[in-house]
Amino acid sequence: MQLQVHDGVVVVKLGGELGHHEVETIRNEIEAELERTGHRGLVMSFRDIDFVDSSALGLILGRYRTVTERHGRMALCEVNESLARLFELSGLRRILPVTATVDEALQLVREG
Amino acid sequence: MMNRELQTKVAVDNYLRLQFPAQSENESLARVAVASFAAQLDPTMEQLTELKTAVSEAVTNAIIHGYVDSPGEVRIECAIHQGVVEVVIEDDGVGIEDIEQARQPLYTSRPELERSGMGITIMENFVDELVIESIPEHGTKVRMRKRMAPVLDGQ
Repeated sequence: MQLQVHDGVVVVKLGGELGHHEVETIRNEIEAELERTGHRGLVMSFRDIDFVDSSALGLILGRYRTVTERHGRMALCEVNESLARLFELSGLRRILPVTATVDEALQLVREG
Repeated sequence: MMNRELQTKVAVDNYLRLQFPAQSENESLARVAVASFAAQLDPTMEQLTELKTAVSEAVTNAIIHGYVDSPGEVRIECAIHQGVVEVVIEDDGVGIEDIEQARQPLYTSRPELERSGMGITIMENFVDELVIESIPEHGTKVRMRKRMAPVLDGQ
């Protein structure tokens, strides 16, 4: 996982497996970064993900809750087919924007 | 010729059993092992990903719901018969009181864990047949079947 800050927005680039075992550490690191920087915007990129299950949905919804509580905005990007299918099944697209690139996601979050 | 017969026999009837402690670091091993076993049917990447995801959901449920993060054992049995893989994931945990409620999309019995409540819905969507049997205080058995290869002549 890579954590970067782009002009006041925390950008998380996720890779590898996103199952129940893996998401706990990721969650803690993202929460710590939001807390440390005080930024309210969050972009999550899933470009280098090899495996996802419903744990990824929990991770995303949990961060959405954090960001919303802080009156910030959040967007998802670079989603592969497997994750897109989980988004469809869960209806997640109705509450969170999904873009093709990090730049588009950043733009959406900054406009808010 | 001998070789071909042997391969056919393996493809028609093969099995794998796994048992491991209910620890989250074993989830990846379990889903990868089942997917590797099913790969002998020469499925598409999509079929294999679906099976792997469904197994991951069931194993995760056994660990966090069955055993509520306390020690226990998860057992998996996979079998192949005529192009269909059957996977049974079993635990001796607390069981499910109300399976219909558990099946509801977005329902979770442990909201404090940041679970999405989509595990069973994903299993139902990713395999052809899903049967959940559970006895409260005794455990849960999830049986899934998925066709991975077309039916061949003579089988």
